[in-house]
Amino acid sequence: MKRLAVTALATGFAVVLVEAMLNLGPAAIDLRIPVRENLAESGVSHAVTAVLLNYRGYDTLLEVAVLLLALVAVLTVTDEADVAFPHMEHPVLQTLARLATPLMTVVAVYLLWAGAFRPGGAFQAGSVLAAAAVLLHLVGLLPGWRSPRLPLRLGLVAGLLTFLAVATAMLARGALLEYPPSMAGGLILLIESVLTVSLALILAGLFLLLSRDEGPS
Amino acid sequence: MTGGLLFALTGVALFASGVAGVVLIDNLLRRILAFNLMGSGAFLVLVGLAQRNEVADPVPQAMVLTGIVVAVAATALALAMTRKYHALTGRLELTGDDND
Repeated sequence: MKRLAVTALATGFAVVLVEAMLNLGPAAIDLRIPVRENLAESGVSHAVTAVLLNYRGYDTLLEVAVLLLALVAVLTVTDEADVAFPHMEHPVLQTLARLATPLMTVVAVYLLWAGAFRPGGAFQAGSVLAAAAVLLHLVGLLPGWRSPRLPLRLGLVAGLLTFLAVATAMLARGALLEYPPSMAGGLILLIESVLTVSLALILAGLFLLLSRDEGPS
Repeated sequence: MTGGLLFALTGVALFASGVAGVVLIDNLLRRILAFNLMGSGAFLVLVGLAQRNEVADPVPQAMVLTGIVVAVAATALALAMTRKYHALTGRLELTGDDND
């Protein structure tokens, strides 16, 4: 009975939404024009990167804080159980992972650099690096992480701290995160580089800190 | 019908099935999957509607990029809590869910 009612409600909801989308008028605010007109001052030539790190830098700053918060929350609910080593130590898989990891690192650096003028950027680069770490872990070359020590903690928060430092340094100019056009490109590259490392560590940590043998409950 | 509108309509279908899944499914892992399906649907709607016109609007695209990363973090947190719950109780369903 419940199943039927929920399915009917969800279908009705979808029909109403589809109906609304098929009759959608033009957008009340067109943001494409201001984005394009100010692109020259943003320090990068790719619009999405400009939105992420310049026009709407707040979003990205808070997003990094959310990621860090999620990692801290994950740390509080995991036990001090034994760190797991997956039992998949096949030589072919390990060789493949050893070959793939340097390539993934190169791809990550390329993505970071390409973010200035084409799709790419810190988040994509960070997730590729984190995927490389997860791959190494799954074939048994990298153990799961215990609770992070000082160097790892510094690496995890470096992105947020750098971003915050740049933001407060810009406060002297009147507004948080308002870069001067002449320095914007360099500042964005600095933030993105540190963010890549921190995001890779955070995303890899979300997996590697959870990868433990279950302790006695 | 443009490609962007097709994306948005697919997103609506995904979102609606995700909502139904979150309400109907008791197993926590599958419920997290359904929740992710909802998120993916919302992202598809944003990206799809952003490219209704010839030039895509970069602002929704940047928002979706932000949203994807936050969704990954939320999923990891949900999985960590599910795992702890499973370790403590040996169950993967919340109590009180079975009064269908």
